[in-house]
Amino acid sequence: MQPVNEMKLEFLSKSSNEAFARVVAAAFVSQLDPTIEELADVRTAVSEAVTNAIIHGYENETGIITMVCRLYDKSVEIEITDNGKGIEDIELAMQPLYTSKPEMERSGMGFTVMESFMDRVKVRSKPGEGTTVTLYKTFGSGERAGKNQDK
Amino acid sequence: MEIRFSNRGSTLIAAFSGELDHHFAEYAREKIERELIKATTRNVIFDLTGLSFMDSSGIGVLVGRYANIRKLGGKAAIICSNSRIRKILEISGILKLMPVYGELNDALRALPGA
Ligand SMILES: Nc1ncnc2c1ncn2[C@@H]1O[C@H](COP(=O)(O)OP(=O)(O)OP(=O)(O)O)[C@@H](O)[C@H]1O
Ligand SMILES: [Mg+2]
Repeated sequence: MQPVNEMKLEFLSKSSNEAFARVVAAAFVSQLDPTIEELADVRTAVSEAVTNAIIHGYENETGIITMVCRLYDKSVEIEITDNGKGIEDIELAMQPLYTSKPEMERSGMGFTVMESFMDRVKVRSKPGEGTTVTLYKTFGSGERAGKNQDK
Repeated sequence: MEIRFSNRGSTLIAAFSGELDHHFAEYAREKIERELIKATTRNVIFDLTGLSFMDSSGIGVLVGRYANIRKLGGKAAIICSNSRIRKILEISGILKLMPVYGELNDALRALPGA
């Protein structure tokens, strides 16, 4: 399927860019007219993925994070990529409560939050090369669909 | 992000506003720790009603402070009205450590000595 719109953003792995990335993603996705709740879901999931790239991918060294957003008729696909450390065992990393940095007060809930706020989360990673997390969400499946039926 | 502190008896109320993410986690951690070591503090209420955003970094901040509150023999509670933040609290399992309330008065009633 061809996207109806697409954008690509590159930014440095600075923690101040976490807010920047989620604001940009939300602004772009707004074109699909999602509900406020759906938009909040996207902001949260993007924040988790970008924070992971900064903390785990680059381990607080400076690197480049790429965010690609593709809009379809009623859905969005957001790809967040770092060229950092990579993940050895993706299945383990995605388990609730698993964290490789407990001493940094991480709770190991980032992937679980992404999965419960989006429809699907895909992770591709190679140790030493980097990680790409893709977040998928279809809008209008919840509240708004119900409202339309009322008309 | 901003945190304002007030006291009710031996209970410290930490009222957050703005967005709590990884960028502000360190600041939040230090600010609360500075209040926790004061002798007047026993229990803590984390008032999240002023937050417009929180992700799992906020969970780390709350759980980390909870561990220290317990070490000092205190209890903790959360106030939250935002549905997305509430959902994060629920899936994180943090509600097993600290109860969540919709309003300050309910949280105060649940803690002794407030
Ligand atoms: N971009 C990444 N690069 C390398 N490792 C990663 C990346 N993203 C996640 N990981 C690994 O997956 C683990 C789980 O990530 P998750 O976001 O679920 O938890 P966390 O970041 O450790 O804690 P929290 O998100 O609750 O603060 C991390 O501890 C880390 O080991
Ligand atoms: Mg994380």
